[in-house]
Amino acid sequence: MTSQNPTETSGKTQWDNLILPSTPNLHKVETYISHGGYEAFKKALEMKPEEVTDEVKKSNLRGRGGACFPTGLKWTFMPKQTTKAKYLCVNGDESEPGTFKDRQIFEFNPHLLIEGTLIACYAMGIPTAYIYIRGEYAKWIKMMELALADAYGKGFVGEKILGKEFSCNIYIHKGAGAYICGEESALMNSIEGERGYPRVKPPFPAQYGLWGCPTTINNVETISNVPIIIKNGWEWYSKIGAPKHPGPILVGVSGHVNKPGVYEMPTGIPILEIIHRWAGGVPGDKGIKAVIPGGSSTMVLRGDQLEGVKMDADSMKAAGSAVGTAGLIVMDEDTDLIKVLTRLAKFYYHESCGQCTPCREGTGWLWKVLKRFEKHEARMQDIDLLMDIANNIEGNTICALGDAAAWPIQAMIRRFRDEFEKRVVHAQAGTPESVAV
Amino acid sequence: MLNESNKQKLEELRKRYPTSQALVLPVLWMVQEQEGYISEDAMKYVAAILNVSYGHILGVVTFYTMFHSKPLGSHHIEVCTNVSCMLRGCDKIVEHLENKLGITFGETSKDKKWTLSEAECLGSCGTAPMLAIADEYYESLTPQKVDEILERLRP
Repeated sequence: MTSQNPTETSGKTQWDNLILPSTPNLHKVETYISHGGYEAFKKALEMKPEEVTDEVKKSNLRGRGGACFPTGLKWTFMPKQTTKAKYLCVNGDESEPGTFKDRQIFEFNPHLLIEGTLIACYAMGIPTAYIYIRGEYAKWIKMMELALADAYGKGFVGEKILGKEFSCNIYIHKGAGAYICGEESALMNSIEGERGYPRVKPPFPAQYGLWGCPTTINNVETISNVPIIIKNGWEWYSKIGAPKHPGPILVGVSGHVNKPGVYEMPTGIPILEIIHRWAGGVPGDKGIKAVIPGGSSTMVLRGDQLEGVKMDADSMKAAGSAVGTAGLIVMDEDTDLIKVLTRLAKFYYHESCGQCTPCREGTGWLWKVLKRFEKHEARMQDIDLLMDIANNIEGNTICALGDAAAWPIQAMIRRFRDEFEKRVVHAQAGTPESVAV
Repeated sequence: MLNESNKQKLEELRKRYPTSQALVLPVLWMVQEQEGYISEDAMKYVAAILNVSYGHILGVVTFYTMFHSKPLGSHHIEVCTNVSCMLRGCDKIVEHLENKLGITFGETSKDKKWTLSEAECLGSCGTAPMLAIADEYYESLTPQKVDEILERLRP
């Protein structure tokens, strides 16, 4: 896997990485500092906190964790006057199938994340931040802990930082295996030592978050954009990529491509360019049957739908999907989409926290019915049954996991109904079709 | 139950959180790393030192997939079978492992050396197929690579 740009550049957007530069040993604090690291934080400390927030707001940075919510706006939700403690949670749970970008930041540029965390805390007047990292990333947790110890050692984190009034402690909190803990309120419950159950909203975290105190939750990649904005200014940043969803974005390409990996690029790059110019095209020059553009929860797109679709919020929405985590899963013309969808259904069934009946029961039913298709035992009415179950989960649960389980089903049936019908026909004729994945 | 160094670590960690309940996950991690799994007695112990109920601890241990309330084999092999790995041929890796070890998902070998588990996406989609053993990721797997890994770990 590569975290750098491929060498082939013909027809590909020219780009110098900002989040994952190719600088060797950038994970070491000395190297980071000698390449201008922590200068953005120092610059921020000379500004008023609200000026920092304003800079992020004007930059139009939108969250990279899936929802594309404007980051600066989210920061303004934090109360300025409060007698309570305030917290920042940095979401590094990274468990959405097809997503493997934050891991690159932990490994190759951990200080960018620490610097971003410090700036965010300064902007919102937060003295304590928790970086929540999934337990499976034990190796990367150790890397982050080393980087954090170095940052403490250099006096960038801790009490009265760089001789200023601002104090900030950053702690790493290790998860223990639960997709749902990437949901912001489940993440907070997990830090509190609870099961990872999402909370009913409102109240929203900015009013009632960790231990009932005002809390902001931002994704690892989102926070890593902050030093870049402060260093270069919002005007410079907002000109990168798609105007309404600007900045660098880490696109993780997996599945049927010659060069899978995480590629940093400006937002707004056409999907087909990402697949062919960045990720080296499809093995055997096969056609593309389908693409899941932004992690498993985003709606699948047909291969013949991809022309002109770009990796930014507006373009993806117009195409009937979403940027999500920019985890692009490519499936060639020989892919068994029923098998893919059945596996995804099993995932959501396994990961449903079990609080809400529609999700707890519905995800299991979806998986069971899909297994009938997988085994060529489905009836024609099972297609509508799947749709019915999905529609009854969507919007009827505390958190978005229910929606995330429903959307892939709905989109797959809408866009590939023939694949389902074929299974029924074959089931009835008793001649299973052999398809490779 | 906790050894001296973990006890010290616990006291350090207490400063990081306003409640002792927040230490449930960190302490369960310590116990599991120390003992290999989290027994009923261990859960009662954790409940006592953190001043939360045993039921709460049991609830947490059974909720998170990485906590184990029963001992596993010396090497816990977790193979990702989610979509990105599936598209890159994880089925062959699973089949190969099952043949080599004589166990299927959810089983531990009779000599207690190996436990095989199916894992959800572990964030190695760009280097699929993959498996994880303890804290280590083994990526871009082929059956040959699997053989090498097993050979290296075989005591």
